[in-house]
Amino acid sequence: MNPYLPIVLLLAVAGLVCTAMVTLSWVLGPKKVTPYKQAPYECGVAPIGNARERFPVKFYLVAMMFILFDVEVVFLWSWMAVFKDWVEAGSPAAAYSFWGVMVYMALWFLGDAYVIRSGALEWEESKTLAPEKLGPVRPSDTEEIALEPDLARGA
Amino acid sequence: MLEGTAGSLLFAQAGSMALTEEILWALLRVIVVILFVLVFVPPVIWWERRLLGWMQDRIGPNRAGPFGLLQPIADGIKLFFKEDITPSKIDRFVYFTAPAIALLPAFVLGATVPWGPNRLLTPVADVDIGVLWILAISSLGVYGVTLGGWAGNNKYSLLGGLRSSAQMISYELAMGVAIYSVALPTGSLRLTDMVSRQHDPLWGVVEWAQNWFVFTPYGFVACVIFLICMVAETNRAPFDLPEAESELVAGFHTEYSSMKFAVFFMGEYAVMAVFGGIFTTLFLGGWSPLPLNWDHLASSADASGMGWLAATLAFIGSSKIAGLWFLAKIVGILTFYIWLRATLPRLRYDQLMNLGWKALLPIAALNFVIVAIWMLYGWIAFFGSAAVVTLAYFYVVVLILKPRASAKRSELKLVDVRPDTAKTIEIG
Repeated sequence: MNPYLPIVLLLAVAGLVCTAMVTLSWVLGPKKVTPYKQAPYECGVAPIGNARERFPVKFYLVAMMFILFDVEVVFLWSWMAVFKDWVEAGSPAAAYSFWGVMVYMALWFLGDAYVIRSGALEWEESKTLAPEKLGPVRPSDTEEIALEPDLARGA
Repeated sequence: MLEGTAGSLLFAQAGSMALTEEILWALLRVIVVILFVLVFVPPVIWWERRLLGWMQDRIGPNRAGPFGLLQPIADGIKLFFKEDITPSKIDRFVYFTAPAIALLPAFVLGATVPWGPNRLLTPVADVDIGVLWILAISSLGVYGVTLGGWAGNNKYSLLGGLRSSAQMISYELAMGVAIYSVALPTGSLRLTDMVSRQHDPLWGVVEWAQNWFVFTPYGFVACVIFLICMVAETNRAPFDLPEAESELVAGFHTEYSSMKFAVFFMGEYAVMAVFGGIFTTLFLGGWSPLPLNWDHLASSADASGMGWLAATLAFIGSSKIAGLWFLAKIVGILTFYIWLRATLPRLRYDQLMNLGWKALLPIAALNFVIVAIWMLYGWIAFFGSAAVVTLAYFYVVVLILKPRASAKRSELKLVDVRPDTAKTIEIG
């Protein structure tokens, strides 16, 4: 029997259970639709605008770094499976592959250091944020963001 | 490893099994994994609420059933019959599939985990990519959370989903690299091999003890990193930023109600439990009760004329009750999860990212390099390189890569974005 067959079986059963759970409540629960219930939840206040807004590009950067590092990491799994055999057999491949991996890891660490050094992981508010760079400000924003006079004096 | 008691009792000729029998056993194992998740989650929720109550000096649920044991069941039934509110502005298809996508990894994650040494509890599929399967499936968990956060068309859930995806992929990486350090000395990615490797004599010399990876120096470092990543992967306190109540209402599942909310909730607890099993398999010697070599102890007890002790020891280490020991370890890890939640405050987002990328990931990778050095050049090189690498890490991270963000708090400035009165404000 193919060793992966049970996994397919598990996937099928799990998929069934998940679908059943999501649909069951849809079938069983009552439905009394009102406009207030259907509105997006914003802590009881009438929702403002749409949630499909722009969000910080930092999240995209993190995802990109993940892809890069993860691909680099995945390459090493095959080495995991053979290195011990080579060491135990006293094969010269052990030392060769070891130093090859060391070079690879040196580059890897260089990459990580570059990511940290270039500030790709800094999530604090930018200190160079200038009003001109924020683009056109909507009129409603200027009303809402108005700061208290005390705060503006730095109290 | 496969010829367990259950198998040999039911089938006299376990060696020559027919294909239908094999499929039958596979189906049984699939049902065991699914039932484990379905049956195990309510008691875990009860245990969390009781334990948290005790830790916070209050009572916790104690009305439904003895000690409130039926409370999660009552909650589950209630949630099924609650109104399933569907907001009007959602992306309907994604909104309905996201909970299912979030729950699916919880069931499938355990496919390669060996729950015990007999035929029923052996992994659903004992494939040679066991570790890769776990990493692949645990990454899939990100989809449910991110899609759920996006579909709701709610600002809180969008932020929760984004945070969660960034957090999970960051810690996924460190988790994978931490597993390197135990996969390398095992020489295999098959999880049953990892368990049997841990049943060897401790450090290769102590006959009466087992070589659980948590007791080896490299394994201990990997174990701590894996534990932290495991908590972050399951979005649990202190890494529960995706659903930080104080800032994001309920995070990615703000717009979900009724059973769809419960499915997210259940997925979280189920993944916690299965990750407990993975942690046990990788670091805590799998189904073995204590790090003792039971066969060795039994034979030495037998040699010194204590037959009853030998029988007891052999029974403790036997495959008959191995599943129970495994379960006990999972419960212990879940208790640790709950303890963490009661003790630690939530991290700030930049702290979370710093921990993942500047501490856990490089330390896990350095640890793996040291393991490779040890395997090739022995213990002296191991300790030498460990000392050098530790010093180098602190030098590089603390001195050279010192984050600019840790500038003095008083230097930070908040910018007023109003164009007419643009000026900076000093804080603190």
